[in-house]
Amino acid sequence: MPQHIPLKDPGGEARLFITRILFSVLLVLALLGVILARYYDLQINDYEIYRTQSDRNRVQLQPLPPKRGLIYDRNGVLLADNRPSHILSIVRERVDDLDATLAELQLLLPISESDLENFQQKLQRRRPYEAVPLRFRLTEEERALLAVNRHRMPGVTVDAQLVRHYPHGTLFSHAVGYVGRINEQEAQSLDERDYRGTFHVGKVGVEKFYEDLLHGEVGYQNVETNAHGRVLRVLERFDPVPGADITLHLDFALQQTALEALGEQRGAVVAMDPWTGGVLALVSTPGFDTNLFVNGISSADYRALRNSPDVPLFNRAIQGQYPPGSTVKPMMAMAGLQTGLVTPETTVPDPGWYSLPGDSRRYRDWILKIRGTGHAPRVDMHMAVAESCDVYFYDLARRLTIDRMHEYLSGYGLGKRTQVDTTNERPGVLPSTRWKRDAMNQPWYPGETLSAGIGQGYMLATPMQLAAATSVLATRGQWRTPRLLRSVAGQELPNEPVETISAPPAYWEAVHESMRAVVHSARGTARKIGEGIRYEMASKTGTSQVIGIAQNAIYVEADVAERHRNHGLFIAFAPYEAPTIAVAVIVENGGGASAASPIARAVLDAWLVDDTEPVSRVPEEQTDG
Amino acid sequence: MGDYVRQLQLPGDSSDFSRKQPLALRLHLDLPLLLLLALLTGFGLFVLYSASGQKMPALIRQGQYFLLAYCVMFAAAQIDLKRYERWSPWFYLLGVLLLVGVIFFGVGAKGAQRWLSVGGFRFQPSEILKLVMPLTVAWYLSSRALPPRLKYVLACLLLVALPSVLILLQPDLGTALLIAASGLFVLFMAGIGWSYIVGAFVLACASAWPVWMYVLKDYQKQRILTLLNPESDKLGAGWNIIQSKTAIGSGGWEGKGWLNGTQSQLDFLPESHTDFIIAVLAEEFGMRGVLVLIALYLLIVLRGFWIAVNAKSNFGCMVAGSITLTFFVYIFVNMGMVAGLLPVVGVPLPLVSAGGTSVVTLMAGFGVLMAVATSDSGRRR
Repeated sequence: MPQHIPLKDPGGEARLFITRILFSVLLVLALLGVILARYYDLQINDYEIYRTQSDRNRVQLQPLPPKRGLIYDRNGVLLADNRPSHILSIVRERVDDLDATLAELQLLLPISESDLENFQQKLQRRRPYEAVPLRFRLTEEERALLAVNRHRMPGVTVDAQLVRHYPHGTLFSHAVGYVGRINEQEAQSLDERDYRGTFHVGKVGVEKFYEDLLHGEVGYQNVETNAHGRVLRVLERFDPVPGADITLHLDFALQQTALEALGEQRGAVVAMDPWTGGVLALVSTPGFDTNLFVNGISSADYRALRNSPDVPLFNRAIQGQYPPGSTVKPMMAMAGLQTGLVTPETTVPDPGWYSLPGDSRRYRDWILKIRGTGHAPRVDMHMAVAESCDVYFYDLARRLTIDRMHEYLSGYGLGKRTQVDTTNERPGVLPSTRWKRDAMNQPWYPGETLSAGIGQGYMLATPMQLAAATSVLATRGQWRTPRLLRSVAGQELPNEPVETISAPPAYWEAVHESMRAVVHSARGTARKIGEGIRYEMASKTGTSQVIGIAQNAIYVEADVAERHRNHGLFIAFAPYEAPTIAVAVIVENGGGASAASPIARAVLDAWLVDDTEPVSRVPEEQTDG
Repeated sequence: MGDYVRQLQLPGDSSDFSRKQPLALRLHLDLPLLLLLALLTGFGLFVLYSASGQKMPALIRQGQYFLLAYCVMFAAAQIDLKRYERWSPWFYLLGVLLLVGVIFFGVGAKGAQRWLSVGGFRFQPSEILKLVMPLTVAWYLSSRALPPRLKYVLACLLLVALPSVLILLQPDLGTALLIAASGLFVLFMAGIGWSYIVGAFVLACASAWPVWMYVLKDYQKQRILTLLNPESDKLGAGWNIIQSKTAIGSGGWEGKGWLNGTQSQLDFLPESHTDFIIAVLAEEFGMRGVLVLIALYLLIVLRGFWIAVNAKSNFGCMVAGSITLTFFVYIFVNMGMVAGLLPVVGVPLPLVSAGGTSVVTLMAGFGVLMAVATSDSGRRR
């Protein structure tokens, strides 16, 4: 028992305890009141706010990316399709040691520096439970390796996604273009809503031009997710509208023929149906494998393409601007007839050179270095086109003047973009006094008119423009905008002529006749390709100078470096009586038109003759890039 | 208070007395309190089942903890109050020694040493102090005239400070504050002057700045900053508070229904079965459920105060008052922190949050409370 007994003031102590307990009860009630007020505030006053927040937490609006429309050639050959591609992603939250996991993954499969960089960038923007892509396009083998080792690496996931694939590799690289991953710049200009969930967008060519058609409409689903982002169930779903399947005018066999005919040479071929404006073939060599670009090209591959002296990324068919050379002569002849400056019977003396009145400078004819003389003592229009006489057109050009030349030749689409439905087309140059004043702030000199008269000097045209101009010749004056797109979801698109050059039929006949003689006459400049031909064509050869030749020097091919050799050009339409195809060919540094004309012949053969000898439409290599 | 004197005069055996007592009294049980605790723990198991992702094993384990805790409570209720009074200083000494031992031999995780491992059995000596602290201070004051004189108050403060500082060194700020509070509550019950209380309050406010500067660790500061502006770190420290407020608020008046809380069932709510379980309750049972819980807690607290008022000794009164107030502090701090009123400290919702240690300690406290309620009704020993 304790010795000190607290007997001081039991009554006072009891009162003290009661006071303190009462105070405690009041304190408890007050603090519980605070708690209750707080819960009342949260649960009753702000109920709507938190209810919404909780729903937003739980229900996620997930975009459903639309399937990109397929691209076919005119015969139904698939040019661009979608294939499942496997993506390696990492969910940060579920990874214990990110560096260790990355190191382990690098032992299993190649992960490039740019992959890692990309990954680290995205990692900072995503929430910890969102999957961040690390590697695209996993191979079968890599997927198997991952499947075996995945149990050791929590948070590592492999997802399949439909990704663009080009079954024919380089064959349609410039005709169809390609898609690539959306970059920062594009992300800003694209409709954010439409492209949620979509990683790719058309970058070049048809893929870019018809992006709106091919993309489709994004769908959505409301899903209930847990905090880790895993979908538990779908509450609501609005299906995406897949992009439209489109059919192009392109012809697989023709494209292949053109590519093979060009072979190792740098050049371009554009073939058109003159009556529809449909582009049957669009080839620019060298090409490249468009599949490389779909999921991000490696910097080594890109550097190789970028730094190649052959500039494979350059689409010569629509971006390449070349002096058209003698291929403008049929159009010049038409202009002469239309203006009444010449008739088919008009002749011009041809000593092999021409000079302006009161000027001693001699403008040589190309024949001079071969024969030492002109084509004939007097040359008429027929011979001038068939044998490509320069002197005749020097004379005509002088009398026509540059500004009228500009007026008449623009009817063929020269000097402005053809508005073909693809990207990056260049306009070429159809000079005039005004053009020179605007572009160079210089007056026009009379000698320059002579150069322009034979498609040299300032005049530049793309192969696309030349093919379109040839179509105008073939249709006797009808200008149609060249079109790659033939039909959308089976719906044919008409392409009526926009402008028409009206001229008496006799004029057209005279010019056509002279163009026929280019191949089908004993002295035609392209008579060599007429051997064994089973149809007739109207055509024109052309040679364009790459470097200026000094006044008195004679051009000797062998002495000129390969890159400085002349470009060879050739335009043609066939069959002669009822043309169904117009073609323009350029071979860079081919030396002369003889490099281009056999290519045109091959293309025309493939289009006109091959019914008896069907070309296999199955692509030779179908390996996954 | 007449019994008080009689109690001293009758040290002899009076076993025949007890036979006339109701069974509850003979078993040293306070029936109203027991009933309230049963209701609370039953309700707690309901909420826990939902909060733990509807896992039966978690429920069974908690049931086992409760079984153990009720046994401890029952045992604690059987011990005579005089023994508590006599033993408490020795337990206090033992507790302090163990706390010193923790500093030298302790094991722990995340930079804090809180555990002692003896023969493979790990325990936190600070848990012992939760009960021993009020007992010891009450022991010290029970033999002195109340209200205590200044020197005794200072002695009590020393008694309180020694283990609190040791626990603070582990470091475990939350437990240190709770244990200090349980000792100070005894002083409060003993009737120290209001001037001391107000003075201490002013001092506490004044020391806020140096404490912030020199005592609090970065993670502790972060918790306070997060409380003030949870939006500043939505995915990190603020995540818990944002999600728990969302859970509570979205429960509304009626609640989303048992097992239907989306915040808790879909893992948005962290620590949903332990410290943040009130958010699950608030989400699934709504404000109604919160009111029921608060009513239960309030009744328990009021019963505790009733026991304190009716205690036959100063010691019993002070101990009962302190235990009840400490129990209330748990409730207030937990419900306040989950609702974003207070910084997040590791305080469970008493008798509802999953976990064995806190349940056993709390129920031991209620055992002492029952000992206070029944100690003088029958035999003294």
